[in-house]
Amino acid sequence: MLKDLLTPQNANVFVGKLGDVLVKAVDQPLGYAINWSRLWSLWPVHIETACCSVEFGAASGPRYDVERFGIIEAFGSLRQCDLVVVQGTITRKMAPRLRLVYDQMPEPKYVIAMGACAITGGLYFDSYNVLPGIDGILPVDVYVPGCPPRPETLIQGCMLLQEKIKRLKAR
Amino acid sequence: MSSTSLPPGLQIEKVDERIMTLNVGPQHPGSGHMRIIVKIDGDYIVSADPDPGYVHRGEEKMAEYRNYILNIPHLERPVIHDSCNVLYPYCLGAEELLGLEVPERAKYLRVIASELNRCVYIQYWLAIYGIFLGHSTMFMWPAGDRELLIDMLEKMTGARVTHSYFVPGGIRNDVPANFEDMLLKRVNYFEKRIKEYAAVFAGKLSREDAIRLGTTGSTLRASGVNFDLRVKEPYDAYGELDVNVPVLKEGDSYARSKIPWLDMLESCNIIRQAVQKMPKSGSVRVKLKPNPKGGNDEVYKRVESGRGSLGCYIVSRNTPEPYRLKLSVGSFRNLICLPYLLKGEKLGNMPAVYWSLNYWPVEADR
Amino acid sequence: MSEPETNPVEQPASPATPSSTPPAAKPATTPPPAAKPVPVKEIPPFEKSIADKVEAEFSGKVKVEFVKENRIRIKTSKEDVVQVAKFLRDEMHYDHAESVSGVDYPAEKEIEVVYHLGSYTDPQLANQVLALATRAPREENPNPGFDSTRLPSLRDVFYSVEFHERECFEMLGVFFEGHPDNRRLLLPEDWADLPPLRKDFRNKGR
Repeated sequence: MLKDLLTPQNANVFVGKLGDVLVKAVDQPLGYAINWSRLWSLWPVHIETACCSVEFGAASGPRYDVERFGIIEAFGSLRQCDLVVVQGTITRKMAPRLRLVYDQMPEPKYVIAMGACAITGGLYFDSYNVLPGIDGILPVDVYVPGCPPRPETLIQGCMLLQEKIKRLKAR
Repeated sequence: MSSTSLPPGLQIEKVDERIMTLNVGPQHPGSGHMRIIVKIDGDYIVSADPDPGYVHRGEEKMAEYRNYILNIPHLERPVIHDSCNVLYPYCLGAEELLGLEVPERAKYLRVIASELNRCVYIQYWLAIYGIFLGHSTMFMWPAGDRELLIDMLEKMTGARVTHSYFVPGGIRNDVPANFEDMLLKRVNYFEKRIKEYAAVFAGKLSREDAIRLGTTGSTLRASGVNFDLRVKEPYDAYGELDVNVPVLKEGDSYARSKIPWLDMLESCNIIRQAVQKMPKSGSVRVKLKPNPKGGNDEVYKRVESGRGSLGCYIVSRNTPEPYRLKLSVGSFRNLICLPYLLKGEKLGNMPAVYWSLNYWPVEADR
Repeated sequence: MSEPETNPVEQPASPATPSSTPPAAKPATTPPPAAKPVPVKEIPPFEKSIADKVEAEFSGKVKVEFVKENRIRIKTSKEDVVQVAKFLRDEMHYDHAESVSGVDYPAEKEIEVVYHLGSYTDPQLANQVLALATRAPREENPNPGFDSTRLPSLRDVFYSVEFHERECFEMLGVFFEGHPDNRRLLLPEDWADLPPLRKDFRNKGR
């Protein structure tokens, strides 16, 4: 019976319909599984843009140890990373480079703006060379306030990001 | 004679065609974003051109709009894990301009805070050095041990890294009760712990060149020059303490990374002495007039920070704000020997040489 | 002992209102700075001897602006600065420059460049810092590198000023003649505004 239905003329249509049925059946559990695997292995890029990197370093150190929460220690290769933690001030010289780093990463990718400087410019609100926040160049997912944020705050920000990924549609 | 007359297999490549330009940074697996434009011939570095400025935030211009008190928080941001030492020359300079006398107890507490901060800085530097060299334990041990002293600094000042503890005229507040005992206990443990760090290096800097290039701090002392401002121009309470500055003669990057490690042991000694000699009570800060004005004068003060001599040049013109403020920082001064050291070195040695200069990009760019 | 009034720079502006400006009228009002004995500061002999030597060598060409404890400030014209620097290096054993700072004085139409010199080789000079100041003319509409704001570079005398002078060029627009490499160092590549440390460059919102 299936053979009768599957003529060369309507093969494409049939496969497409079958795909739709399959997607409807497994999309949600599959999406959940994909998201679940993503959120427990976030790889941040190793890009230290200003002084907040000190607290980021402390957060990956033995006492705070973000690896417990599924954030793996900062990594050098952009092609394997899916998280940018913008650690502090972005200057006008750095902004194009930061965007370049972001563009080279594979989808899906997430951005955490760490520290007051990355959110609004912070202490350097009147400096001539500092961007007033990174919203203009990157789509930010989570803002972590503080100057610099304590490692605990950063960990909380990472957990918020995981919560957000869990609710997003798996791309 | 010319290469075209030779048969194809025997033609010699022109030198410029062999040389390749490699862009290292600003995003690279080490710490700090600084670009080094390296020209390499095979595996050997022909020339290196550092390109800092990715964190240039205009601190010096901002200082011209803020008065002597408001300048404190943003001036410590260049090196937040060494924030007391960065503020030190500024406070010394502002005290001279405003005519303030620091109380005796505050002088000793300043020494303690500054030495604790030096240890915290060097531990972080060592940890990042470990990442540079791809050594995981070398990251984990210092990153864990520095939390011991960060705890003490947090007890003293209330913040983990950005203390804003030094103010012109003393320190912000006194330490809590029983602080000295706690500190000694921690410092003794810390000393025992760092002695366990028994640590393949390159990049030789001779004594003459270290002087000619005007390097400072560990880079200078690793090349056999005995120069440390804590001894040579003692400020605050350092004159009463016994400071033995480590000096090595080798001048390679192993020596440059050993000097800070020896510095930490010395810092433990200094802290113990300072706790002993410190007056047990007394005021820690002189009262400041609101919006104080400096005279028509200028000062240049310098202290020994984690990265070497750190100078602060303040020009004052009868206003509450400094007319011009310039930080002469150790990182920026040591940067000059990077092209010099990398010339002829192998590319694989570049991270070890670069980070052994005790360089913190945020400070160099200011 | 003519040293306490250190800099004659903005002197004419301040004494107009003697009643409301206590810091300007220093010698008259002794009670406020009584905590620190400012007027009776002695000139330290060692520093004085260094300053005298320099003054004797270049009589009339240099001006010793102040001699404080461990600090000397010498001012010279831009024609003589290389000669003075060579003398300081060869005869007085100052072997490196710690910092090069530019200060903008728009009222006098001048930009001052201060070299802070120190010594590693001479143990006597270890705690001494000598500030060698020189001035370049300043232009209202700067065109860095092409206008008259020029100074001779001290890079051949003190190798360590190389990066400091590069920074000074981009921050204040003082072109150093004879410097091998006057490229931009800290500012972004596309910076097209005034040099930022000039006084007529204002930060946003200030």
